[in-house]
Amino acid sequence: MDFSLSPEQDAFRERVRAWLNENIPRDWSRRVMASAEVPRAEAYQFLRDWQRKLFEAGFIGLTWPKEYGGGGLTFVEELILHEEMALAKSPQVLNILGVGMAGPTIIAYGTEEQKKRYPAKILSCEEIWCQGYSEPNAGSDLASLQTRAVKDGEYWVINGQKVWTSLAHIADRMMLLARTDTDVPKHKGITYFLLDMRLPGVTVKPLRQITGDPEFNEVFFDNVRVHESEILGGLNNGWQVGLTTLMYERLALGFGLQVRLRIALDGLIELARRMEKEGRVLTKDPIMRQKIAQLWIDTECLKYLGARAITRLLKGEIPGPEASIGKMIWVETHQKLQELAMEIEGPYSQLARGSDWAVEGGVWQYTFLRSRANSIEGGTTEVQKNIIGERILGLPKG
Amino acid sequence: MDFGFSQEQEMLRATARKFFENECTSTVVRQRMEEPAGVTDDFWTKLAEQGWLGLVLPEEYGGVGLGIVDLVVLMEEMGRVVMPGPFMATLLGGLAILEAGSADQKKEWLPRIANGDAKATLAWTEPSARWDAAGVAATAKPAGDGFILSGTKLFVLDAHLADVTVVVTRTAESKTAEQGLSLFLVPKGTPGFEAKLLPTMDQTRKLCEVSLRDVRVPKSALLGPKDGAWAPLSRLLERATVALCAEMCGGAQKVLEMTTEYAKIRVAFGRPIGSYQGVKHRAADMLVDVENAKSLTYYAAWAVDEQVPESALATSMAKAYASDAFRKVSAAGIQLHGGIGFTWEHDLHLYFKRAKSSEFTFGDATHHREKVAQLINL
Repeated sequence: MDFSLSPEQDAFRERVRAWLNENIPRDWSRRVMASAEVPRAEAYQFLRDWQRKLFEAGFIGLTWPKEYGGGGLTFVEELILHEEMALAKSPQVLNILGVGMAGPTIIAYGTEEQKKRYPAKILSCEEIWCQGYSEPNAGSDLASLQTRAVKDGEYWVINGQKVWTSLAHIADRMMLLARTDTDVPKHKGITYFLLDMRLPGVTVKPLRQITGDPEFNEVFFDNVRVHESEILGGLNNGWQVGLTTLMYERLALGFGLQVRLRIALDGLIELARRMEKEGRVLTKDPIMRQKIAQLWIDTECLKYLGARAITRLLKGEIPGPEASIGKMIWVETHQKLQELAMEIEGPYSQLARGSDWAVEGGVWQYTFLRSRANSIEGGTTEVQKNIIGERILGLPKG
Repeated sequence: MDFGFSQEQEMLRATARKFFENECTSTVVRQRMEEPAGVTDDFWTKLAEQGWLGLVLPEEYGGVGLGIVDLVVLMEEMGRVVMPGPFMATLLGGLAILEAGSADQKKEWLPRIANGDAKATLAWTEPSARWDAAGVAATAKPAGDGFILSGTKLFVLDAHLADVTVVVTRTAESKTAEQGLSLFLVPKGTPGFEAKLLPTMDQTRKLCEVSLRDVRVPKSALLGPKDGAWAPLSRLLERATVALCAEMCGGAQKVLEMTTEYAKIRVAFGRPIGSYQGVKHRAADMLVDVENAKSLTYYAAWAVDEQVPESALATSMAKAYASDAFRKVSAAGIQLHGGIGFTWEHDLHLYFKRAKSSEFTFGDATHHREKVAQLINL
């Protein structure tokens, strides 16, 4: 057991730290946060530019093979990068679905042509990706999806609808799961398409969510013609390819999640230092101290859980229980954190952006509301618990 | 970076698991817990032969010279079988002598501890029930060529068995509670020293009241610098706390396994109960508690071994989490077993009770969360 880094890894950390220190725009959070008055388009442009900068410095796609534009490094460097980004309060990576999911899946299943065509533009943020999995009648039970693709010569004609599609309104490409065979069991008739979002017949409608923001969308397909060369991983093999994507999702997003949690926790502690309850600063309140300390423990725990998962990967072992429970722990901790932020604000938690009295411009109200989706998106907590019960503990299916 | 156990450590785990499955069955545990000693000479000798009584003691004193990470592996296995006996007590006493003792004192006691000839313990807490410096009210006053010890110690592990008890006393009133503490070696049979065994909810863990009625000890009984016991005490407490956390992880892991196996075979309404989400989801929650407790404990073990500045924080994080986790997991184990889990016949109550005694040993979750709050400058 050894948590220390090699001299090369230490040097990498120094390099990342120095670069971030020099390149993070000081006022970025005000410019990008939902509470700000800046139009969203400008915020997206800012994040696009930021990822481009990270890419040019060689900090995006660290674990990807070099031949596809990646860094050819290990998950340790990936972890270091994310830790440093957290410490530096860095903006997030905009094309996270591309970097975390589409890219690795294409590298795993793609034809040579696909591998040359897509991954590099994902890293540079030239092409933003979204994920076309969930439908109005297929969420947790994803395999029952109904979007159809019917063959017409060299083309497949897509009809149907996706929903909860984050980033679809700015995306260039979609990881699309569609039904290509209705005569076989539901898992066996699905195909994975790399869909051009600008094709005729694709309509994106923003879906206003609990926060009031249209962060995700409905996507409609009306006779969209996709060339067969855009199939990834073979006809009717989409379920397997799609599951691979989900595995990468947990892995890749996992690093970022712990980091986001730590940033939020630091912010919460600062908030607690400023707010008072019945004449006493909240960090001096014994019950509040208990709650914050527990959040600290849970947040650190997630880091060690990640380290255990990385160790297994580095040793060439398959991910153990720690990989599967990470998402669930993150969700519980983050929702607890956001609820505590409301408790700290007390009566002020009622005031939202737009009020001069709102604490920190109402940003916590946004993140609090947004956190409700955490236990639904990317696999509900209930489904995660089924997976843990059945795949890790070996309990029988219901 | 490597957050895993070495091949040697995995071998230690395999050896220990097999040993305890043979030597420390439920029948054995139940026999020992009914008896005052909680251990047989034969079993203790076998632990010594395995090298486990001196696992973390230096080789020059007859030990194996391994670290806390290795000890964690062994403690997890001991926790799986709710091993009774004075192992933790002797670890505490041995670590106190190792951390504070002179070369002569170490030479006198540590080889005998490692080879199983001597058992030891540490008498720290008192009726105030505080695992900190301020809780120490027992005194040691200079008298002639030695000291006279007075006071009452409570919750002392296995003092009735100990050949030597390390007693924490106050020798000076100072500005801070941490200053002015001293340790003394009190061998068994010293006049005025009395260890009274107390009935405990967790019968596998024997606790004593230790009365110090004008116990006269020579100057040579002073262990470490006079008035300067806090530094060695806090070091040994960190190490022992991590060891206890590992034991708790082992117990919780075993409860999870027992419960999962039961949920696969127990049928209700025509289906194994594990197929119902009400059971399955609670089992998943148990797994999360167990895995988190392990992650924090393993990190703390490494931090303590490497003496990184964060070791005190890591230790408190682990104990805060493990205290809650073992309690919750063992309670869920009983619930998911239903009526059988509530019986004396089933082993679950042994784990449930061990969880409770471990929770308050070396400070409970509330105590350690407050320590975390202090250490992160809240």
